[in-house]
Amino acid sequence: MHNFDFVKPSSIADAVAALSSEGAQALSGGQTLLPTMKQRLAAPDVLVSLTGIAEMQGVCTGEGGLHIGAATPHAVVARDAAAHYPALAALAGGIGDPAVRNRGTIGGSVANNDPAACYPAAVLASGATVVTPHRRIAADDYFQGMFSTALDEGEFITQVIFPIPHKAAYVKFNQPASRFALTAVFVAQFSDGVRVAVTGASNNGVFRWTEAEAALSSDFSAKAISDLTVAADDMISDLHGSAAYRAHLVKVLTGRAVTAAR
Amino acid sequence: MTKVTMTVNGKSVSAEAEGRTLLVQYLREGLGLTGTHVGCDTSQCGACVVHVDGKAVKSCTVFAMDVAGSEVCTIEGMANADGSLGVVQQAFQDHHGLQCGFCTPGMVMSSAALLAENPRPSESEIRHYLEGNICRCTGYHNIVKAVLAASGQDAGAMAAE
Repeated sequence: MHNFDFVKPSSIADAVAALSSEGAQALSGGQTLLPTMKQRLAAPDVLVSLTGIAEMQGVCTGEGGLHIGAATPHAVVARDAAAHYPALAALAGGIGDPAVRNRGTIGGSVANNDPAACYPAAVLASGATVVTPHRRIAADDYFQGMFSTALDEGEFITQVIFPIPHKAAYVKFNQPASRFALTAVFVAQFSDGVRVAVTGASNNGVFRWTEAEAALSSDFSAKAISDLTVAADDMISDLHGSAAYRAHLVKVLTGRAVTAAR
Repeated sequence: MTKVTMTVNGKSVSAEAEGRTLLVQYLREGLGLTGTHVGCDTSQCGACVVHVDGKAVKSCTVFAMDVAGSEVCTIEGMANADGSLGVVQQAFQDHHGLQCGFCTPGMVMSSAALLAENPRPSESEIRHYLEGNICRCTGYHNIVKAVLAASGQDAGAMAAE
């Protein structure tokens, strides 16, 4: 990979300053960015590590639900969110493999917005808030298509705040080689309705299945969606699964998630 | 180049590194600790697993500078103080948990990390935990037996496949 200057600030303010220079790129756990740099698909001049900032670490309850520091590794979310938001903890505990979960972070995953990543489904289905040094972004405004988000140049995530639903589940159809989702669905039931977010399936990245949300909001059972159909038009088609197969999985996995929700 | 300092296998060490120097390069080329292997270099295979502050990580996917000051343990740190094999290493030898041996350093480090978290894992928990470690010889059965034995469980009771 091309060389770069490495800096590791210890506060959010110092990270903001470091990332304001041209050619600077934020580095979190690096489990996606390092392979990307090895392939020279990214070649930043300056890499700003966010893993040394204490205020961006950890899981705690607070105003608006569960507050997770953006630099918190998946393994810590899997352990420390379990008592508060079991479906989210289970999702974190199913990302990659144990060594990847010890480095990869929630902020890195949400900032990258890989179309097959797990966390975007939790953020969107929970109606979570993405916090940056300058503003708060609602999940519905944050995700803007494959690898595309509302983050501006040099802007980075400091925290994600998850409202805690009554019931929720994440069901992932694993792509066993990459350990990403071939397709996965996160279902969350709140007092004002149900939210359903799908990852791994669409060419536009994570999306809400609004027809299922309406049906499940009046009847939270797998049979409530049995008459619905999912269009294959915008679905990803590759050697692991056709667009029609992924469309089929969306409905099957939604039903399973509703049944598994607790 | 900058001097990067960390604690490796209990000793404070330092070596020159660039920003792009991976932890595995720092260990192998900077410190001469060639027990940690590079298999795929894409964080799939797990041959490069070491412990950083007690947690298993893939050292081909971590920058050395990002873990400056950390406590790192590599396969060279797994033997007992008198030079005899550690518990996990001895179990791998006793149960022939290796064929060509290339994946073994990573397998041993991941297994040790598992046993630190879960001292008596089931066969299924072992297989699940080692999913990020690939053995190209497909020697998994004896690897799982070795981990069972290292945890003090009866490896002979495991079903043959």
